[in-house]
Amino acid sequence: MNRRTLFASVAAATLAATTVFADDPVKAGFVYVGPVGDGGWTYEHDKGRLAVEEALGDKVETIYQENVPEGADAVRAITQMALSGADIIFTTSFGYMDPTLEVAAKFPDVKFEHATGYKSAENVATYSSRFYEGRAIQGHIAGNMTKSNKIGYIASFPIPEVIRGINSAYLHAKKVNPDVEMNVVWVYTWFDPAKEADAARALIENGVDVVLQHTDSTAPQAAAQEAGNVITFGQASDMADYGPMPRVSSIIDNWAPYYIERVQAVIDGTWETVDTWGGIDTGMVGIGEITDAVPAEVKAEALAMKDAIGAGEYHPFTGPINKADGSVWLAEGEVAPIGDLLGMNFYIEGITSEIPN
Amino acid sequence: MDLSSINPILLVASIMVSATPILLAAIGEMVVEKAGVLNLGVEGMMITGAVVGFAIAVNTGTPGLGFVAAACAGAVLSLTFAFLTQYLLSNQVATGLGLTLVGLGLSSLIGKPYEGIKSPTLPKLDIPILSDIPVIGPMLLSHDIMVYFSLALVAAVWAFLKYTRAGLILRAVGESADSAHALGYKVVNVRVMAIMFGGACAGLGGAYLSLVRVPQWTEGMTAGAGWIALAIVVFASWRAGRVAVGAYLFGGITVLQLNLQAAGAQVPVALLSASPYLITILVLVIISAKGAHGAPAALGRAFHASN
Repeated sequence: MNRRTLFASVAAATLAATTVFADDPVKAGFVYVGPVGDGGWTYEHDKGRLAVEEALGDKVETIYQENVPEGADAVRAITQMALSGADIIFTTSFGYMDPTLEVAAKFPDVKFEHATGYKSAENVATYSSRFYEGRAIQGHIAGNMTKSNKIGYIASFPIPEVIRGINSAYLHAKKVNPDVEMNVVWVYTWFDPAKEADAARALIENGVDVVLQHTDSTAPQAAAQEAGNVITFGQASDMADYGPMPRVSSIIDNWAPYYIERVQAVIDGTWETVDTWGGIDTGMVGIGEITDAVPAEVKAEALAMKDAIGAGEYHPFTGPINKADGSVWLAEGEVAPIGDLLGMNFYIEGITSEIPN
Repeated sequence: MDLSSINPILLVASIMVSATPILLAAIGEMVVEKAGVLNLGVEGMMITGAVVGFAIAVNTGTPGLGFVAAACAGAVLSLTFAFLTQYLLSNQVATGLGLTLVGLGLSSLIGKPYEGIKSPTLPKLDIPILSDIPVIGPMLLSHDIMVYFSLALVAAVWAFLKYTRAGLILRAVGESADSAHALGYKVVNVRVMAIMFGGACAGLGGAYLSLVRVPQWTEGMTAGAGWIALAIVVFASWRAGRVAVGAYLFGGITVLQLNLQAAGAQVPVALLSASPYLITILVLVIISAKGAHGAPAALGRAFHASN
């Protein structure tokens, strides 16, 4: 089933579901930072929403709002959703953290779920994925495949989630290729295809031949494709349209099981605030197909790493690791404590640029 | 700081590509505002142009046709604005905002089947002799045709407004619609044509995004470029040359700061990131500080012959 027939069948199922009248379905709201057609981050959240509709049928009604800016305007959008009778609201971007808490305080009977943040309340749960596990695999492939020894990283905002990804990718690229350099470009946006393409082009013109992105659109993939001989990784979504080159693998965020479970909890009246951080082990982080552009032995190593992480045998941040300033972060064999991961605000040794603050 | 990895030739080429969509949209909007109409729907017309241009280019395999279609789509969409504001005398601000929303919605509807598809992109010109001049050739003289078209358009608009009778009439309509009407000029007709020109330019700018600068179709891909174009018109105090300066400054500094980051320049990133906005506004305000810089006097006011 390809993406389009999936859309059609989900739409048909939705239509069928809404024609059956139910007693007071639970209303689930979703707040998106970009358009559902971004092909990345928001696209995957919306797939989760559609999965909720399909799984729970007439017991649930979903609403969503796209392109909600982070910051003050988010308060308005979330409030409006709460006022329109939503029972549970998923706010799906880091910058909605404070707005979500602010609105949640005014609507104690509404459940809130904030993605990728670290502040919770009695009616605010948080959930996120261990994207850094996927970044480790990307770093491994990138370090092996770069010829210029320069890896480019299009970063969005200097928040722990993004910094973890940069560190994890660099750490694993350096393990297989000690000469590797990491060039980070901060674009200060989650979604702006033109700027993302410009950033990819700037990196490529500066000699980078691997582009990693922590932004939501497929524009860097298109820019890399145009340049040729540059590899990329799908971000948040598979972005398989750009395989087998430049996209050689991807991190896929699979929110559907979580969303279904949480909405079901509201229906059952068992919802309570939790802090979920899923990884490769729970399937919340998926690794997209590694294409044939990657040498077979590198692919095998990458898959072995994926299995080891999934089985809990290997943690991507295992010492010895020093911070960029040379001080010791993790001693030999030590695994990063969760607090350090959640609040990560430093580069590891070897990355020479500064983190903006 | 080692900036040697920045290649000035590639940098200038990227800057020109980056500035072109905003320049096209802004020069169109400037003409619209010169006629006394404030069309806030630039974003909506741009993105409609982006998707229609992309769709036509993919289906015909000819990017040139994509651009033509994009211009037509932008113009047709702007006609709805013209009809509402010029014949039904609706509020221009509200109608323009509505146009943006319509454009965004319409484009995502049209664009669904085109996500993830590759488009034929515009070939770079290869002018014999000229393109082979060292440095200047690859830097300035071997871009795609739309880059030169946009610059030529700026010159044409400047000359049209300054030297032609039609341009004078257009300005008169924008300064005092009543006087122009009293002199026997068809205010509404002039304005409708200006609005369509603005729509066509915005459409071209959008198509340049989806066919050259990115190049792909993604929902919402203009991501505010239309609003930047609107701001540039104001800060350029409604002068064609300054609009070009503003668009190139904005596009240029955007690309430059990304290149500085990629090359590892030790400049605070927050400052670099804000620099396109800061510098563009600063420069345009300074060059507009002296001399006439007022908005067209009838800007945003509805006109009806009975008044």
